[in-house]
Amino acid sequence: MAYVKDTKIYRRLFSVIVENEPGVLARVSGLFSARGFNIVSLAVGETQDPTISRITIVVDGTASVLEQVNKQLNKLIPVISVLPIIDQDMLAIELTLAKFRPGPRVRAVVEDAKRKGDDIEIVHEGPSGVIVRIIAAVEKEPAIFKELGELELIEICRTGKVALSKTRTFGIFDKSQREVEVEEAN
Amino acid sequence: MARMTGAQAMVESLLREGVDIVFGLPGGACLPFFDKLYDAKLKTVLVRHEQGAVHMAEGYARSTGKVGVAIATSGPGATNCVTGIADAYMDSIPIVVITGQVKSFMIGNDAFQEADTTGITRPITKHNYLVKDAQQIPRIVKEAFYLARTGRPGPVLIDFPVDISLAEMDFYWPEQVSLRSYNPVVKGSSSQIRKAAKLIAGSKKPVLYTGGGVIIARAAKEVKALAEKLQAPVTNTLMGLGGMDASSPLFIDMLGMHGAVYANRAVDECDLLISIGARFDDRVTGNLEKFSPNSKKIHIDIDPGSISKSIPVDIPIVGDVKEVLQELIQLVHPLETREWLAQIAQWRKESPFRYKDDGLSIKPQYVIQQIWEATKGDALITTDVGQHQMWAAQYYRFNEPNAMMTSGGLGTMGYGFPAAIGAQMGRPDKEVWCISGDGSIQMNIQEYTTAVIQKLPVKVAILNNGFYGMVRQWQHFFYKDRFSSSTMDCNPDFVKLSEAYGGVGIRVTRKEDVRPSIIKAQSIKDRPVFLDFVCPKDENVMPMIPSGGSMEQIMDMA
Repeated sequence: MAYVKDTKIYRRLFSVIVENEPGVLARVSGLFSARGFNIVSLAVGETQDPTISRITIVVDGTASVLEQVNKQLNKLIPVISVLPIIDQDMLAIELTLAKFRPGPRVRAVVEDAKRKGDDIEIVHEGPSGVIVRIIAAVEKEPAIFKELGELELIEICRTGKVALSKTRTFGIFDKSQREVEVEEAN
Repeated sequence: MARMTGAQAMVESLLREGVDIVFGLPGGACLPFFDKLYDAKLKTVLVRHEQGAVHMAEGYARSTGKVGVAIATSGPGATNCVTGIADAYMDSIPIVVITGQVKSFMIGNDAFQEADTTGITRPITKHNYLVKDAQQIPRIVKEAFYLARTGRPGPVLIDFPVDISLAEMDFYWPEQVSLRSYNPVVKGSSSQIRKAAKLIAGSKKPVLYTGGGVIIARAAKEVKALAEKLQAPVTNTLMGLGGMDASSPLFIDMLGMHGAVYANRAVDECDLLISIGARFDDRVTGNLEKFSPNSKKIHIDIDPGSISKSIPVDIPIVGDVKEVLQELIQLVHPLETREWLAQIAQWRKESPFRYKDDGLSIKPQYVIQQIWEATKGDALITTDVGQHQMWAAQYYRFNEPNAMMTSGGLGTMGYGFPAAIGAQMGRPDKEVWCISGDGSIQMNIQEYTTAVIQKLPVKVAILNNGFYGMVRQWQHFFYKDRFSSSTMDCNPDFVKLSEAYGGVGIRVTRKEDVRPSIIKAQSIKDRPVFLDFVCPKDENVMPMIPSGGSMEQIMDMA
């Protein structure tokens, strides 16, 4: 096989099951910076088993970089398992909180978006700002962001994507299911 | 269960792991630990700089096949270990480094001699631990040694706060390691091995390219068996030297930047490249696009991360190379390679490793040949980093695994001398030589004292050319002879220095004195010897493929 320089960038989501221990996030994020991998978003939280955390990472990279991300994550000792989730199999959401200057248009825009089916709520209204909560389930940015952009945005906070595979489950959580096949070189 | 302090538990755990020697230097945060080492049934070798301790642990590990142990205090003690740990990480050397740490409740307070040791060493260890509970010490030590030596080996660090070393615990010894997140693949996929055998069957121009993994896996016998069955030539990486008996007619020497012309041509023109325990390092491949462009590639390695990292391969096999080769050998048949071997022999005849001998000056290559002859190829060799390292790789004929200990991945000047000390401690039965340069030897020369105290007959051959020679060589070829900061204008007198340390120093200025001085060094059995070979300043390592280049750019002796 001859070497071919690979330049096409893909976006890929990895669900990473790790020991819930101090320093584990530093190991994962340190790996990304040390190897020059590009994190788009990263979300971490405890699972139903308090000894296990799940880190959900969205990465941009070439096919060979994405393969290395998977392999290098697997090499970290506290990483129990890595599942790259492909788009067709992914249920992903991202939560956004956005604060706007109070004004008559905010509520109108939000109500309009709700009618169009967006998952959006005003969760706080006060003299220093109106806070809107948006749950985006799809890959592309919801239209509401563009419309809200016309309002006076003060600050925004996004969680990064969290996701589950629709069909596959980590063996550690569901022994009845087929163990996830980690994509090894074999 | 015996009640004891954390420090006692640490010592007890080391003993349970079979540790018989540790290299270290005490300090405030590890005084309780050193107090327990004082009357422990293991040898503590006091070093003069913590970096030396880590390289000694590496040399000990490579020469014995056991896990090496280094101990340092917190803060500067720990940061002094960093280079050695990074070195062991790059070359997959199994060591455990135990560092003292400030009291656990002071961590984060910028306490005296505090450093975030686990944070600093995270990217250069296979794994590291901060001990927060004395009760966990036996489990952590057991895991650390297990991680260090299994799978792709590497350094593991245990950061040990001083209050934890004083806290009491109930000692137990876990017979098993249970890590749900760590299962190194040992057995290669049989279907992949079958595919590999099928691919091999069609080859007319095969090359086996083997690396340090062969030595770690103790698979030299299997490599030789495969090569002989296939009648395929074998080239080694720097780390792989000794993995194939250099006297075998199938051995075609080292490949890469300063590898043999014929090895590089063979890799360039082969139709099948079988990489075994090697990782397509940039010093081997040069320009990736032009590296072995027409070959099918099989890659056997225990680390899936090494596969298709830089060079895509047709058939990857993840597993212990020894086990994979044992299976593969059964499935392959001899190949018709007479023409191919004859072709490589022709290339070898046209462009062997060679140098100009003027009959007067001491050529560094000649010194290495003489050391090889005088030791009958049976010595353990360590090197530092630079020209002398490449000449050692080219001119010493290694015929057993682990005979060559060198800093391959990190390229650490200052590795050779302490590694030789560690190797000699581990193998008192062997003659140990460190081949070094006048630049490299001055990094970690403080360990001279360690060697004298331990009465180690380590022999150090300084190929003294008054330069950081490899830097000079690059400045000569690529920077118009502008020798910026590469001359060693005022070297110490290595003979007087040796005497000051309590060793023996011999300066050699004439070619005819080379062999007698080596023989004299061999006769000294109770202290280290420095041989200061005064060499020409302008010798270059040849052949050379410039960084990022390919066979097209190879330079050789005229």
